[in-house]
Amino acid sequence: MSAIIRTNELQKYYNPGEELEVRALDGVTVEIERGEFTAIVGPSGSGKTTLLNIIGGLDHQTGGTAHIGDTEITSMNDNQLIDFRLKNIGFVFQAYNLIPVLTAEENVEFIMLLQNKPKGERHERALELLKAVGLESKMNSRPNEMSGGQQQRVAVARALASKPQFVLADEPTANLDSQSTADLLDIMANLNKKEDITFLFSTHDQRVIDRARRIITLEDGKVISDEKR
Amino acid sequence: MLVKIAWRNVWRNALRSGVVIASIALGIWAGLFVISISSGLNEQRTSDALNTSISHIQIHDPQFIQDNNVEFRIKDEDAVRNALKTNAAVKAFTERVVLNGMVSSATGGYGVRITGIDPNQEKQVTTMHNKLVEGEYLEGITRNPVLIGKKLSEKLNVGVKKKIVLTFQKDNGDIITGAFRVAGIFKTSNSKSDELNVFVKSSDINRLLEESAGFHEIAVLLKDVSIVDTAAATIGASFPNLTVRTWKEVAPELGYADEMMQQMLYIIIGIILMALSFGIINTMLMAVLERKRELGMLMSVGMNKTKVFFMIVVETVFISLVGGPLGVILGFLTVSHFGSAGIDLSIVGKGLEAFGISSTIYPSLAPNFYLNVTLMVVVAAILSSIYPAIKALQLKPAEAVRAI
Repeated sequence: MSAIIRTNELQKYYNPGEELEVRALDGVTVEIERGEFTAIVGPSGSGKTTLLNIIGGLDHQTGGTAHIGDTEITSMNDNQLIDFRLKNIGFVFQAYNLIPVLTAEENVEFIMLLQNKPKGERHERALELLKAVGLESKMNSRPNEMSGGQQQRVAVARALASKPQFVLADEPTANLDSQSTADLLDIMANLNKKEDITFLFSTHDQRVIDRARRIITLEDGKVISDEKR
Repeated sequence: MLVKIAWRNVWRNALRSGVVIASIALGIWAGLFVISISSGLNEQRTSDALNTSISHIQIHDPQFIQDNNVEFRIKDEDAVRNALKTNAAVKAFTERVVLNGMVSSATGGYGVRITGIDPNQEKQVTTMHNKLVEGEYLEGITRNPVLIGKKLSEKLNVGVKKKIVLTFQKDNGDIITGAFRVAGIFKTSNSKSDELNVFVKSSDINRLLEESAGFHEIAVLLKDVSIVDTAAATIGASFPNLTVRTWKEVAPELGYADEMMQQMLYIIIGIILMALSFGIINTMLMAVLERKRELGMLMSVGMNKTKVFFMIVVETVFISLVGGPLGVILGFLTVSHFGSAGIDLSIVGKGLEAFGISSTIYPSLAPNFYLNVTLMVVVAAILSSIYPAIKALQLKPAEAVRAI
């Protein structure tokens, strides 16, 4: 198996060298293989989100490197990162973050529009993904006409629309009830198993941790355990 | 889809967008209406001046313009007359004897401009015959009839058929005094002009001057005023020894007012748009800051800066494009209505008449001005969107996506 994500001694220091220096990441080295279903866990402030942000090309490190496949993203500028994210990474956010003025289908299509995919292909793929997350009946609904769980499932469909190398999900179940969490995890686990889609979560949620096949635990910006199940 | 998102975003907070759209529409409407009143005032002033005395083109001996001396009559008047009769652009013309002199009655004497006219010719060119409030148009009195202005009649304390005395100089400098009887009293929209002008028959004035004929001024009315420059140049080329001037050269203050008004129109609308721009900036800035998380998500998933910028600009332009044309349409309807019905300002009529303006104002705006204002709205909208769009670009996606 080849590593899809590799970080090497990744550091993210705030106020480096000053009295109030904060080490959000302090030499994190991890490798994530294609097809993994991995949860990054740890207490608040342990560096989970910072690690996801740097792996996702949303933030810059202060030391070390991060590779996605063979590409070192930590040497890219902002514009290169925007393009890289569009083509390679799917995002699922804690607060769903759908575009409120678009329908479920339009939200899913939006990423493909940014990729200049033709209309027919966009429509077909959006339907396929909404079907995969069990929301084909909600394709014309706007976010305010859906429950939190349904919105997060649309967000998962959106994250997969660009056919990314992997999906980063930052606390995806934090705002969901038990049933919605279970449904969402079923869908993601299913996609992981059947489509070999790589998922990397940051989470506090025991329900997510229970379903993950690998748990990386961070504390004070360092990896303190890496357990595969 | 970016355009679709921008359009739907406009209506996300319908009340806020509605307030901005209404303020743009009202601002543009008010601006257009105020400007149309000013423009209408100016056009009426110019039109009244042209219709009652100046006409479109005037022809003089060059020295007469400098000295206003009675001896500088138009030479070779038959040739000029024939040229004007055969000129297809000329609708009519009138020949005038123009003198500076005094008018006096038992009450007192005042300086006036005495214009000798052929009543029939003058009727073809000016509308003075329609401005009579008392008496007849140089008719009803067989010998030396005179038309005087309402204001002058009050100062002289004379009425119709009363006698007044005109005093002026002959070619040789001798002073001539002639008794005239008031045939009619006119009142134009320019009370100052009414005070300073009297009209007599040119035959009467030439008889007193002991001249058989001769004129100082020929006023020409064109079929189409828009070709006044070309027509004046054509006539001028045929008579290089005469000075042929357009109305803008004869009464430069009218021409300047016309040009100044054009510039003022754009300055006033520019100021209104500038004020409105701050409202637009404020609204869009609120919209951007409210949607931090959404914009953060868009940038996170790979929407590039150009597209984010474009989306904010389009959204701003949409708000302005709803409000702007609405204001322009309201302005057009208001100007059209009052342009034909008029606005009665008789409460300040006397003050207006002192400036040569009628007490009923007919607002007016050139059609191209509406288009230009719409374009100015679009430009103002694009400029207003730049700052909010820059603020959107400054968001850091990793932070914005978690913004509350």
